[in-house]
Amino acid sequence: MGARYRNRQAATLRFGTLLLLGTAMFWNAGHASESPAPPVKLSSTSDHTKFKALQQDFKSGPDVTKACLTCHTEASKQIHRTQHWKWEYRSPEGQLLGKKHVINNFCTSVASNEASCNTCHIGYGWKDDKFDFTSEVNVDCLVCHDSTGNYRKPAGLAGNVVTKAMEFPPGSGNILKPIDLKKIAQAVAKTSRDNCGACHFFGGGGDGVKHGDMDSSLASPDKALDVHMDATGNNFACATCHMTEGHQVPGSRYAPTAQDKGAAHVRGKEYTTNPTTCQSCHGQAPHKSKAKLNDHTDRVACQACHIPSYARGGVATKMSWDWSTAGRMGLDGKPLIRKDAKGRVHYTAAKGDFVLAENVVPDYLWFNGRVRYTLRSDKVEKGAQPTRINHFEGSADDGRSLIWPVKIMRGRQAYDPVNKTLVVLHMAGNDDTAFWTNFNWERAVATGMASVGAPFSGQVDFLDTESTWPITHMVAPAKDALRCRDCHASGGRLEKVPGIYIPGRAGDHAKWLDTAGWAIAAFALFGVFVHGLGRIIASRRNR
Amino acid sequence: MARIYIFKRFERFWHWAQAALIILMLLTGFEIHGSYSLIGWEKAASLHTTAAWTLIGLWLFAIFWHFTTGEWKQYIPTSRNIVAVLNYYSVGIFTGAPHPFRVTQLSKHNPLQRLAYLLVKLFINPLIWVSGLLYLYYNELAATKIAAVAGLSLGTIALVHTAAAFMMLIFMIAHIYLSTTGHTPLAHIKAMISGWEDVEAETTAATLIEENGP
Repeated sequence: MGARYRNRQAATLRFGTLLLLGTAMFWNAGHASESPAPPVKLSSTSDHTKFKALQQDFKSGPDVTKACLTCHTEASKQIHRTQHWKWEYRSPEGQLLGKKHVINNFCTSVASNEASCNTCHIGYGWKDDKFDFTSEVNVDCLVCHDSTGNYRKPAGLAGNVVTKAMEFPPGSGNILKPIDLKKIAQAVAKTSRDNCGACHFFGGGGDGVKHGDMDSSLASPDKALDVHMDATGNNFACATCHMTEGHQVPGSRYAPTAQDKGAAHVRGKEYTTNPTTCQSCHGQAPHKSKAKLNDHTDRVACQACHIPSYARGGVATKMSWDWSTAGRMGLDGKPLIRKDAKGRVHYTAAKGDFVLAENVVPDYLWFNGRVRYTLRSDKVEKGAQPTRINHFEGSADDGRSLIWPVKIMRGRQAYDPVNKTLVVLHMAGNDDTAFWTNFNWERAVATGMASVGAPFSGQVDFLDTESTWPITHMVAPAKDALRCRDCHASGGRLEKVPGIYIPGRAGDHAKWLDTAGWAIAAFALFGVFVHGLGRIIASRRNR
Repeated sequence: MARIYIFKRFERFWHWAQAALIILMLLTGFEIHGSYSLIGWEKAASLHTTAAWTLIGLWLFAIFWHFTTGEWKQYIPTSRNIVAVLNYYSVGIFTGAPHPFRVTQLSKHNPLQRLAYLLVKLFINPLIWVSGLLYLYYNELAATKIAAVAGLSLGTIALVHTAAAFMMLIFMIAHIYLSTTGHTPLAHIKAMISGWEDVEAETTAATLIEENGP
């Protein structure tokens, strides 16, 4: 309703503009002296090409930010309060999380690799642990507000941009081309899927690697891939759901909302709840023609049925990653690379073996919104069960959990077998301890652990790990949602979800009842058969 | 042989509509339960629910009919002759003995039938209905604030509903078989279709009132 109204309003405005233009042309013909109504930009009240502050040849990223701040005086201070800036989050359980602190089972850690990883920081120059988080000019406005698609932050430059052609890495012969900051700064706009996607589609070191439900196919998806972001339909930007205020982007997976019992948000009311949930638009009873489906919403997350599989857009996601095999050289003495039949890399000397997959059926589990991480300071044990890098808490009867679809990422990664801790690995850098330079685990870990002041025994072994990622993007059209039988069956998608009676799932049956019921029915059938046979024989004899 | 009219038009309609609905619900119900896959879970669940509401509607008419016509008295249990009837089905039927019970308009069910049908009407049916409605409205139970209802788990409700379904299935097997025990295998079934039952010629209303009471 709202969207339709807005569209109509926009159409009216557009029509009005045409009318004005037409009238102006008519009047121009007869009355040259009359001033015409000029064409007007309707998407914003500002035309940034007209701002003096932006009409200069910027020497660096921070120069642009300085110019932005002359009008948007509070912008950097707002940014400084966000997770996007701090990469740090204190969980309600007291754990210190965020990219700055956690160890994952992809490229494992940001620490000691800042120059490379922090290409995706919304700032300039975070190259080590000395970065000034209070600097306003170090905030990168353009990475989120560029509308030209030409803004680039090359890996290795700690989030800085290139304004003069340079060779990088030095001596490599690889020339980085400069970008035109003036043109980019004059074309700033609201964030688009491309802005967010520049980092979030490529988490874990490549397209689609980390999340499974976010990859470059969402830059311009069709309806089947994402019913909301459908580029020729609803055309949502990320921020349509991640409704940002004061640069605070809601909907972080560090602070997830597993269950939203609220009604749909309406205009004119103030809300303190997460505006990113399905319910914040669709409410609690969204199924109109098949009302029985509404009886599921107290137990099953919307995503469980409406995202039938992830990595659906033609980009594969990593399902497992074995670091222990990294470092192999080919016959030519160069780092080995192996590709599958589709030309996808599944082994590199730099990273080891991985398994890639598309159209993956999620795992399902009870989730109440609490996530517990295994941090660098926690003890880990090599055993039959993989170490849980993070763990989604929840159960059928805690009253706060829903059945959620998740991606389980399986890894085998370096750890310190003496101190029994996960380790920080120094991977990237132009020094001789970086793993990607000389493939020596002990030296790479020693540098990594030293960078965070953590103890390291000098020994490296490998440990199986598991991490859990919520599946919440790539929402399919209703017609592609799961069917009843996908779960209401034995061996269905929810086969392993405990604590709930699912009609049709044999594991939930009282075995004695089924056995007794069928046995007595069979006995009755047998009885009447024998009785009937007796009657036939008797009637022949009596005749 | 003479013929008497014992099953009225509504009663016949009720019987056969109910039979069709119950067979449909047994078939779809055990598919929902997960015992087999026949027409697909979604279609089974949808048909099962529609059939349930149809049967409830039919039963409202049937209850009205039973009380307004006084036909409910046909189901008052009696122990009189029950041993004789049991004897007949276990022995007499094989030796060619006559059925110890004579059908009349006022007493159309033998003592065994009375007991069996009463059991269906007062025990199995209510069990199915109550558990079925609880099953359908499981999500709304908490709102009733009645502790005994609100605290029911779906597993318990399903257990009772399934148990009642097995009872219905077993009743149906016996019922269908016993319908073939008339003087010809199809005699009872024909009577249930036409309403007219063949009876022994000498059976008149007067003699039967003498035998069975008014």
